[in-house]
Amino acid sequence: MRVLVIEDDRETAQFLQKSLKENGHTADLAADGEEGLAFATDGSYDVLIVDRMLPRLDGLSVVKTLRADGNRTPALILSALGEVDDRVKGLRAGGDDYLTKPYAYSELLARVEALGRRTVPEEQQTRYTVGDLVLDRLSHRVTRAGEHILLQPREYRLLEYLMKHAGQVVTRTMLLEHVWDYHFDPQTNVIDVHVSRLRAKIDKSFDKPLLHTVRGAGYTIRDGPA
Amino acid sequence: MARLERVAKAASTTAFGLSAAAVAFFLLSAAVVVGFLFWQTNNLLTGQVLGGLQAEARILSSEMQTGGLAKLSETVRSMSRTDGTGLYYLADRAGVKIAGNLNRIPPEIENDPRGGVFSYKPDLEEGSAAHLAVAIPVELGTEMRLIVGRDIEDQRTFADSIRRAFLWGFGVLSLVGLLGGLAVSRLILNRMDTITATSRSIMEGDLTQRIPTGGGGELDALAANLNEMLDRMEGMMNGLREVSDNIAHDLKTPINRLRNAAEAALRDPRGGEAYREGLERTIEKADDLIKTFNALLLIARLEAGPLEESVETFDLGRFVEDVAELYAPAAEEAGFALAIEEAHGIFVRANRQLIGQAVANLIDNAIKYSRAGEPGSTITVTVNRVNDGAAIAVADHGPGIKPDDRGRALKRFVRLEASRTKPGTGLGLSLVAAVARLHHGEVRLEDNNPGLKVVLVLSSKCLVTAPSPAYDAADRIAAQ
Repeated sequence: MRVLVIEDDRETAQFLQKSLKENGHTADLAADGEEGLAFATDGSYDVLIVDRMLPRLDGLSVVKTLRADGNRTPALILSALGEVDDRVKGLRAGGDDYLTKPYAYSELLARVEALGRRTVPEEQQTRYTVGDLVLDRLSHRVTRAGEHILLQPREYRLLEYLMKHAGQVVTRTMLLEHVWDYHFDPQTNVIDVHVSRLRAKIDKSFDKPLLHTVRGAGYTIRDGPA
Repeated sequence: MARLERVAKAASTTAFGLSAAAVAFFLLSAAVVVGFLFWQTNNLLTGQVLGGLQAEARILSSEMQTGGLAKLSETVRSMSRTDGTGLYYLADRAGVKIAGNLNRIPPEIENDPRGGVFSYKPDLEEGSAAHLAVAIPVELGTEMRLIVGRDIEDQRTFADSIRRAFLWGFGVLSLVGLLGGLAVSRLILNRMDTITATSRSIMEGDLTQRIPTGGGGELDALAANLNEMLDRMEGMMNGLREVSDNIAHDLKTPINRLRNAAEAALRDPRGGEAYREGLERTIEKADDLIKTFNALLLIARLEAGPLEESVETFDLGRFVEDVAELYAPAAEEAGFALAIEEAHGIFVRANRQLIGQAVANLIDNAIKYSRAGEPGSTITVTVNRVNDGAAIAVADHGPGIKPDDRGRALKRFVRLEASRTKPGTGLGLSLVAAVARLHHGEVRLEDNNPGLKVVLVLSSKCLVTAPSPAYDAADRIAAQ
């Protein structure tokens, strides 16, 4: 993916550029809001990483201007302001996701990749398939190797989100935000217990595990090794 | 010299300026009223004198017509008493005086056919005082000249005394008013100096100083308010000092541990593998520190004021049930039964994420600090309507908190002895308290016999009768 990083802190920007390259992406850097806006308008980027506090033009204004011009490139807003209000402002300005500093790089990468792969509109996909695991979004039926697996509503939504991002790393925070719609710190790893219960239902009686834990990052569902 | 300075300072105060302005306004109003009365009285007296003179002129004119010059001269002579106030002068056409008590036609009215005011000396002695008089010529139809006048010295004396009284009165009033103003200014200035001196002491760091009060009145009310503000400030400063000390203590330790982990990894002879483990431990410890900072910042933000942007309307019972269900598997694995008793249909307009965080903290505390796996180790989450709003309660059967420690447990960084061995920041309950305050409510720690029951009360201000579709549409953005 081509990623544009609009970040005024040189050290952070270079760290992100280097790390994204290591994960197989290309990253351009812009050191202030105006430069970032010019790059984002001219270039064809898959994802924008926009710091909120920028010199010359703040991050929210950059995203607002792009959206007003019809530019729909997914934007991840980075901010030191992590309160609910700030998050709401960020999303209202046209941001697609919001990450509070300090963040784990694995969290940022997972979110950037989730944003960058929104190729098929969600509502057009009626089935998700990973290996022999099939989730039918119309009938809400889940089968593996033709066997019907009975899931609780929350387990179904958890699996649906994981399968929607099949092959990508999905962090615990992303699951908490998208499956439960919670933007607070659960204090303990409550998500792990839910995932392990889901894993017991979809992987336990089968030889090949599909739901993998990615150490220090989160989970991924894929037909193959993690 | 110092007294003069004090007076000058008092005279330059707003209170003195206002007093002086009030006195000046009063004097101006009084001057207008007194002036008008004086003018009216003078007009009345003058009118009476002129009326009398005109009546006399008509009588004398008819005397002339009926009795001729002889009769007129007789009448004028008889009226010309030296001790009266009537003044007369009758002369022939050559200007020779025939009768009257005036020696000549006063020059002030010599050529004025309407008559007028003039001065004359009743006694011809040297040095005698001149009197003021008014006179009119009488039309006799011949070339005879007759002047009829009145001595109005009494009226002038009366007017002068009125004027003097007026000026004295005004002088005294001005002086008293200004002195009063000065006295009031001095009083206010003294109070202000006390307040200034107190605030100076406070600015120099003595937060225990308070403004003296007593005697009632607005200044006392102001002083009482300022003292109340100072009480709060002192409380906040003490809190801040306590928090700073706690931050220093509670954050230095994990930062030190983080450093130790990195050092130990560097010293480890295993090399690469140890470095990886050390770095992983460092990241874990850094994450814990970040969590603590985030919780601290969140509490600070909540205490700074309302978060109107992110308020939404939702069913409190359903939401709390939802949050509790998130914890149910974790609680079960820790050996607890998580029971949820909620009343549906309690709609609140509140910050959903913060309420969620508070409930999460309470359930997490219950799992962490109460004894699991024993009979009756149930954690009960209840939502119901109470007199003063809505209440969320999380009750466990753990060791509970002693009544003496309950107030302290809600403070930042306070970790009670029983919990010191467990992981935690000491910010969980203080965050819950901050969320309660933000929703105009409170947190109550109660005895669950046995165990602890934490009740988070949301004020009736947060209650709404039913969800509004308009809110929901707007709030869906916030919930993304």
